[in-house]
Amino acid sequence: MVSEGAVVDHDFEDTGNPIHRVRKTAMWAFLGSEAFFFGAMISTFLLYRNTIGDGPGAEIFNIPFTSASSFVLLMSSLTMVLADNSFQKGDQRQGRVWLIGTALLGTTFLAGQIFEFTEFVHEGLTISTSPFGSSFYMLTGFHGLHVAVGVLLLSMLVFFSLRGRYSPDGGMNVELVALYWHFVDIVWIVIFTVVYLLQI
Amino acid sequence: MAVATREQAPAAADRGVWSWITTVDHKRIGIMYAVAAFIFFLVGGFEALLIRTQLAGPNGTVLSAEAYNQIFTMHGLTMVFAVIMPIAAAFQNYFVPLQIGARDVAFPRINAFAFWLFFFSALFLYTSFLFGGAPDGAWVGYAPLSTQLTEYVRMDYYSVGAQLLGVASLAGSINFIATIFTMRAPGMSLMRMPVFVWMTVVTSFLLILSLPVIGVGLWQLLFDRNFGTLFYAAQAQGDPLLWQHLFWIFGHPEVYVLILPAMGIVSEILPVMSRKPLFGYAFVVFSGIAIGFLGFGVWAHHMFTAGLGPVAEAGFGLATMLIAIPTGVKIFNWIGTTWGGRLKLTTPMLFSLGFISMFVIGGLSGVTHSIVPADTQQHDSYYIVAHFHYVLFGGAVLGYMAGAYYWFPKWTGKMLSETIGKWHFWITLIGFNLTFAPQHILGLDGMPRRTYRYDAGLGWDGWNLMSTIGSYLIAVGVLVFIWNIIRSWRNGEPAGNDPWDGRTLEWTTSSPPPVHNFDEVPVVHHVDDFWYRKYGIDEDGRAVKMPEVSGGALTVDTDTGGEDGDADAHDIHMPSPSYFPIIASAGVVILGAGLVFISSGAIGFGLLALGAIVSLWGFMGWAGEPITKEAH
Repeated sequence: MVSEGAVVDHDFEDTGNPIHRVRKTAMWAFLGSEAFFFGAMISTFLLYRNTIGDGPGAEIFNIPFTSASSFVLLMSSLTMVLADNSFQKGDQRQGRVWLIGTALLGTTFLAGQIFEFTEFVHEGLTISTSPFGSSFYMLTGFHGLHVAVGVLLLSMLVFFSLRGRYSPDGGMNVELVALYWHFVDIVWIVIFTVVYLLQI
Repeated sequence: MAVATREQAPAAADRGVWSWITTVDHKRIGIMYAVAAFIFFLVGGFEALLIRTQLAGPNGTVLSAEAYNQIFTMHGLTMVFAVIMPIAAAFQNYFVPLQIGARDVAFPRINAFAFWLFFFSALFLYTSFLFGGAPDGAWVGYAPLSTQLTEYVRMDYYSVGAQLLGVASLAGSINFIATIFTMRAPGMSLMRMPVFVWMTVVTSFLLILSLPVIGVGLWQLLFDRNFGTLFYAAQAQGDPLLWQHLFWIFGHPEVYVLILPAMGIVSEILPVMSRKPLFGYAFVVFSGIAIGFLGFGVWAHHMFTAGLGPVAEAGFGLATMLIAIPTGVKIFNWIGTTWGGRLKLTTPMLFSLGFISMFVIGGLSGVTHSIVPADTQQHDSYYIVAHFHYVLFGGAVLGYMAGAYYWFPKWTGKMLSETIGKWHFWITLIGFNLTFAPQHILGLDGMPRRTYRYDAGLGWDGWNLMSTIGSYLIAVGVLVFIWNIIRSWRNGEPAGNDPWDGRTLEWTTSSPPPVHNFDEVPVVHHVDDFWYRKYGIDEDGRAVKMPEVSGGALTVDTDTGGEDGDADAHDIHMPSPSYFPIIASAGVVILGAGLVFISSGAIGFGLLALGAIVSLWGFMGWAGEPITKEAH
């Protein structure tokens, strides 16, 4: 079998599965970098939280609605775990169902975000209204972009699996996508708390 | 011990331009980094000469104010992002896998992608001279200066160019982290790794944690300029100071990114040329890590004149003083390494000693910045310019020159000329000090930096002239270096595998190494493992050269019994060449170009569409392509 591990497997035949180890190390490093990316944007938001100029402020947030969409996103982490579990047991058929479920939950969250953005624009909050608006849209927008990339990766996994081209040693790997997906969810928990719930 | 370079007879497919474009071999990528960095070094050096010519006397007329702003901004951006970072990447790419006994990096194609993205982004930054003008707001790009004048795209080039170079560097760093933590040879525990590898670890962590912060700042800058956001708009209570924080949270770790690999190189050269082990290996390693940690907590010492308040200023001042401790530890360790050694004053050793002495001067002027009232006087004066050139030229550049002389034999199989090398060293050292020492005095006399002309009679004329003469002397030194490279490449002395009596694994393999680096993966038992294979220790604790076993088999670890070495090599699957990384990186840079011109309507959107198609082609092809093709 041919894979990216061809370079390493000679050197590490005795240390478990090296390909996973190499890729996961890289993934964790990447997620560490992402944490600082969101950290900088969250700091910007905190700086401008009350800099609302003549525009609307945090009072336009619809907490019940966003709580519901947050719940949807959190549930997608559960289906992601189930998908990963099925793939590890070699049951790709069942795994695909959970992957599709995860992607659908992610898409639902994105739809909610688009709805929410539209509402806010109607109520007069745009990126040019105030530094508050700029930092809110940048932070949640970049997070939404990450969810969208995640949905794309999940769809590619389903596609590869359907075509019989999925292999746990391949570059597209359920475990790695799961790591990414959980990270994006955790970031949302922070964003939801800091942006929507925290009153300062 | 003249071990002939084993002549590789590469197949036709392994030569030619196409093989370089599609290569995923870490050694070739390292060489491409080096060549690209050197070309940009000449370009950035030319810009420096323009600056010095303009400032040679009062009321210079070589450059207009507008041209001067672009030239000094591009000089800074070039030297930081397109010279020192990639030359460090060149050494890291070539030697980290060799020093840890690996056959390649963890992700060969990501490695190629990172190189091409760097190279295209740097070229892209230079196309700004043709389309709309080069960035002209200094490499620090302070808002609100950088967010104004949106009818020019100059600072859009800055925002996008730095962003792309950052992504390239991020990809490279993640690759190094994965390589070093998972692909070391058996027995190569973390505390047996060469210091250069350790410094690569620290540098990579600094980069992956600091680049995203400036990334956010650069996006905010781009959005402010093009989409009407208000991050740095003071008239809407946006805070330009935010940019300074985001920039320097990246910018200060960045200066350690520039210097730590050079420190690693010097830590490799000094033990070899002193014929002693590195004094206090663990101390040097942990000092490097400490510098990395502290480097994240001192950024605001660049902002002492911004009005942060006494508490913040005192805190950051103290943290800055603290960082002198691990740095000082390293310097004393290097001195301890040479102490009592039988020194070989070769060119790499001279450059290393030059590095230490010049870096000490730069470090000491750096400590003066931690004293807030003094820094307030020095801020934005030529004193600062003198300081950071002492650490970045006298430190980093001399360190990388030392590395070039030390490792050139491994790259090419030929020695660089020692005679010309010594001329190169002394001309560079004298020229450097002549250029930058007077700038301390100019700064203390009140000459502001980033000024395109000055009046006569301020007492600055003589020092400026001296500085300009020095800069031309540096240029002569660079020409001598080029001459040395060309001459030695053609008919330099053959180097053999181990010309310096080295201590680390890269010297166990042939020069240049075979594609797969090692026929047999080495097993490591010590720090400086190769030295222990060559030397034993007698009762008095003195090193004794061990008799060479059967025709230099000790030094030629790769030659497993002569002819059948190649039979071994046959079973090693190396990753196949791929042209998808270069396509993907080109696509990403075209996307970047689209962002620069996004406010110009059709051109911007056209470029964005083209970039999206090209990068999608590159990435999809990449994802569908097996790394080692079956048909071999």
